[in-house]
Amino acid sequence: MNRVVITGAGTVNALGGNVQQTLEAMREGCSGISPLEFRDVDRLSVKIGGQVRGFDGARHFNSQKIALYDRFTQFTLVAAREAMEQSGLIFSGELAETAGVVLGTAAGGINTWDDNFRSVYEDGKNRVHPLVVPKLMNSAATSHVSMEFNLQGPSLTVSTACASSNHAIGLAFQMVRSGMTRAMIAGGSESMLTFGGIKAWEGLRVMSKSACRPFSANRSGMVQGEGAGVFVLETYVDAKVRGADILAEIVGFSMTSDASHIVMPSKHGAARAMRGALLDAKMDVTDVGYINAHGTGTSANDKTECAAVVDVFGAHSDKLMISSTKSMHGHLIGGTGAVELLACVMALRDGVIAPTIGHEIADPDCALDVVPNIARNAKVKGVVSNAFAFGGMNAVLALKGV
Amino acid sequence: MSIKDKIIVIIAEQGLLDVTDVKLEATLDDLGIDSLGVVESIFAIEEEFDIEVPFNANAPEKSDFDISSVGSIVVAVEKLVAEQI
Repeated sequence: MNRVVITGAGTVNALGGNVQQTLEAMREGCSGISPLEFRDVDRLSVKIGGQVRGFDGARHFNSQKIALYDRFTQFTLVAAREAMEQSGLIFSGELAETAGVVLGTAAGGINTWDDNFRSVYEDGKNRVHPLVVPKLMNSAATSHVSMEFNLQGPSLTVSTACASSNHAIGLAFQMVRSGMTRAMIAGGSESMLTFGGIKAWEGLRVMSKSACRPFSANRSGMVQGEGAGVFVLETYVDAKVRGADILAEIVGFSMTSDASHIVMPSKHGAARAMRGALLDAKMDVTDVGYINAHGTGTSANDKTECAAVVDVFGAHSDKLMISSTKSMHGHLIGGTGAVELLACVMALRDGVIAPTIGHEIADPDCALDVVPNIARNAKVKGVVSNAFAFGGMNAVLALKGV
Repeated sequence: MSIKDKIIVIIAEQGLLDVTDVKLEATLDDLGIDSLGVVESIFAIEEEFDIEVPFNANAPEKSDFDISSVGSIVVAVEKLVAEQI
């Protein structure tokens, strides 16, 4: 069994165009949530989101390439380049033949679907661009990452709604740990801030029209974000031999299924996933100093998640910190776990715990230390990152500092 | 059909019930309608009466739309329909 470490990280999200900007914003407790800007937004009742501003694909890709890249693929590639540059890893020879990429997304190329449905249904056109299919497929981002970095081993896209990224990172972790491969790229991406995407979410009536306030008694629902988070995973030994800068060690992963309801979460499924990750990591509950919560800002999630934490951590739940960075970058759906892993790395590496912003009134059903509004300096040994998806798919990662 | 009767039809359909089993004093929970059923019922009401129902599934009790019983829904919809005219 190999020890598995992260040696590169990259991101694009509403808080910043790279990891440094994102972590700075988290430290400062900044909000990336603002009025949405896209066609027909006036026909929506939900008009806010964690939209990526000032992202110009043409700055990163030539016109030939960009014809193939949906916005979710563009975010992924920019984040992957940052992660690869940081890691310094080069995929060649035997390593290239065995290394791969696992990415999560829920809606894949929904911008491309949206634009082309408009074109044929609304505008009555009878012809679409010839590359619509390879642009919109959920696995497009994964394929383009494999091509750009010469990854010829196990590569796939995982789609488990809001848990997609955690599942993707967890699977890549297991592949490296088991010795199936020595290195993997993993993470996730989402770009669902389109008229059709938000219109669909409006229907569920769980979206806030004002702000994302996880664990706050006056919460009014979730706020969507967009972006990507990508990581380079490799064996501890390889990273040491290369002299790479190790950001953190992934030590445990667990997946469970509630097998109960298509939208309502279950305390038992969430608790089993957290317990499973600790068991897999051979960590005691007291080793965990910080939990990056799923923390969507819906009452269903927040109350269930806090109850599950108390179930698993018992008396120690009063000593640990738990925060939801969705309050700042919004809920990136299939990409969310990847961006949230950055907060976990920051906790382990820099000793800074990202806050839950927008927290105004304590909720007795969420009576944990939710690090309200202001980041905190604290030394933590181990962290846990939760992702609990619609349909009861749960994926929890456990990490340690190196 | 009156607003009340139309709402009873919508709720009966959602709960897979006979319209005669939907009493005004019943709660949606009594009728076996869960949170998803509530959201679907409200959608059906919006479509039927062409109104916007102010309802947030995160905090149903804090919404301006009272769904505590079939009767309260009828009253709330009558008010919204009247406001629209």
